[in-house]
Amino acid sequence: MIQLIYDGTYEGWLTAVFEIYEYKFEDVVFAKNEASAALLFSTHHNVRTDIEKANRVLMGLKKRLSAGGFSDFYKAFFSDMDDIEQIMFQFAKYALASSKNIEEDFSNSTVWDLRKATRMTRREAHRMEAFVRFKLTKDKLYYAIVEPDCNVLPIIENHFKKRYADQRWLIYDSKRKYGIYYDLENVSTIELQFNAESNSSKFLAEICDEQEEFFQNLWRCFFKSVNIESRKNMKLHMQHMPKRYWKNLTEKIPDLKNRKS
Amino acid sequence: MVHERVMEKLAILADAAKYDVSCSSSGSKRENKDKGLGDAKGYGICHAYTEDGRCVSLLKILLTNHCIFDCAYCVSRKSNDVKRAAFTVQEVVDLTIGFYRRNYIEGLFLSSGIFDNPDYTMERLVRIAKKLRLEENFNGYIHLKAIPGASDELLQQAGMYADRLSVNVEMPTEQSLKLLAPDKNHIDVIKPMEYLKNEIVGHKEEKKLNYKVPVFAPAGQSTQMVIGATKESDLEILGMADYFYQKMNMKRVYYSGYVPISYDRRLPVIGTPVPIIRENRLYQADWLVRFYGFNVNEIVGFNQPNLDLDIDPKLGWALRNLNQFPVDINTADLELIKRIPGIGYLSAKKIVAARQFKKLFPDDLKKLGIAYTRAKYFLAFATPFQMQRDLTSIQIKDQILNLQNSKYKNDFSNQLALF
Repeated sequence: MIQLIYDGTYEGWLTAVFEIYEYKFEDVVFAKNEASAALLFSTHHNVRTDIEKANRVLMGLKKRLSAGGFSDFYKAFFSDMDDIEQIMFQFAKYALASSKNIEEDFSNSTVWDLRKATRMTRREAHRMEAFVRFKLTKDKLYYAIVEPDCNVLPIIENHFKKRYADQRWLIYDSKRKYGIYYDLENVSTIELQFNAESNSSKFLAEICDEQEEFFQNLWRCFFKSVNIESRKNMKLHMQHMPKRYWKNLTEKIPDLKNRKS
Repeated sequence: MVHERVMEKLAILADAAKYDVSCSSSGSKRENKDKGLGDAKGYGICHAYTEDGRCVSLLKILLTNHCIFDCAYCVSRKSNDVKRAAFTVQEVVDLTIGFYRRNYIEGLFLSSGIFDNPDYTMERLVRIAKKLRLEENFNGYIHLKAIPGASDELLQQAGMYADRLSVNVEMPTEQSLKLLAPDKNHIDVIKPMEYLKNEIVGHKEEKKLNYKVPVFAPAGQSTQMVIGATKESDLEILGMADYFYQKMNMKRVYYSGYVPISYDRRLPVIGTPVPIIRENRLYQADWLVRFYGFNVNEIVGFNQPNLDLDIDPKLGWALRNLNQFPVDINTADLELIKRIPGIGYLSAKKIVAARQFKKLFPDDLKKLGIAYTRAKYFLAFATPFQMQRDLTSIQIKDQILNLQNSKYKNDFSNQLALF
């Protein structure tokens, strides 16, 4: 068994796939950045990300998949599923070996597994398009903290860039410790330490725009007022807004007056 | 600068607007323009869900709940003793922009009680939309109510700025409307609908020839009926909906289960449960007509004017038409596969795509995520196939009902007890 150690990027993984063919590796596993300790007796192969090699693999896939299938494949990579590299490799192998497009061969388990991964990323991306709650700072930056299940910032970047073209914004993934920042021209990836206590009263007073707290309260007030008590259905509520997202959702955080601490 | 007292207004005017169920923010074609604010192209987004499980996509408010009408089914009726409030034009604009910039909402849904006269009210609604579009360069979604009785010029303007317009028919029949809202006629709502339909269709045609023609209500028009407040059958309700889809090019007809809000003797008393199941069955029937190729007459008819509450309308149809089954999913047309209970629109498409690679068996179907335990009574597999005993429709229904466990089982009474 050979462990392919790559840098964790999509291009890095594509390079790894190229080298599997190049060196005729068999029975491979993928590892991000460092060798997995669980696999004591495997040999290592370090992959140096090579854009040319990556593109060769992409070209091969592009020829055999539809435009939609091609972008779905990309999305699957960001699902953060444990065995996603293996699933994608199996899919790529099947796609590259077939003369016709196999992306709709749904009774094939490789195709189905890839589809599941893509759907996971897509659902999480859609959730983040919905659940991002910007707060306005004194220097007119709209920032939000998220903790998505999948690594979706690269997927949702364009959505926010198009929509909020005239405001500076920052979306920070506190699980993966990086953010995307839009400066009115471009979006760039930034790494920074972000204060996790951003919902505290001190933070609101020092950092935020003077109307920020009022707007948050208006939103909470609206959210409460549109609820119809006689139709209450908490199961449905929780299904659509799972609890793990609540800590970053303004409407699910009590306002300052009603908070315990 | 948004002032403190906006909070109280918001509580009153959001509460009064919540019985309008439409919250759709999809289907528009408005793109971000000149690096302004917002983008309403493509799919809708539900930003939050209230504790009743309904989606919050738009800032849904009334401009005011002052109203000259006294419609029994409405919380804002003249004779009701509730707090009244009114937003200024600027307040609505500031709220919309402030919420949108924080990614709380997809846009604005603005309705209003009728104060003074229809034109006066409509003019205010239009002014808000215009201000958002022209002064704020706002490209998010705007849904405006078209006020019955407002002039064509104002409706015309509304269509230039809004993505969707709606006129609520409120009651499925003229008799019910007369009973609960003696000042109103169905013709008053049909007239603006017809005007809007012609404008929407006309603009679309013109735009094909000249792309510079401005869009007019690109997300179309919708309407809403209150159900369960009066005695209409589902046949009458779905018949009315069909009329709107066929004749008015409606994008959506919404069914709003009546939430008792009044001690009026003409209406179900306060405390009567909201007919949630019936509402759900009506939406299912609506979907069958719009996406599954069913005709309304196949779902309800004079011999069975109401939908079953304990089973969904597609299963109901299948059980009445066992002669159409079993269907072989390896050879049947897409249209027929869509009619199999337990197989949805997307699953049917997946089946048709996947069977080109290999013949599908029960295990494949389970993998594709269809409700196999429900579908199996209606499927035929060439070889090898599990023989289905010849079951009667009653036996199939019993077996399927035993499988599902509805928390609403107790509510399966057909009509609301009225008095």
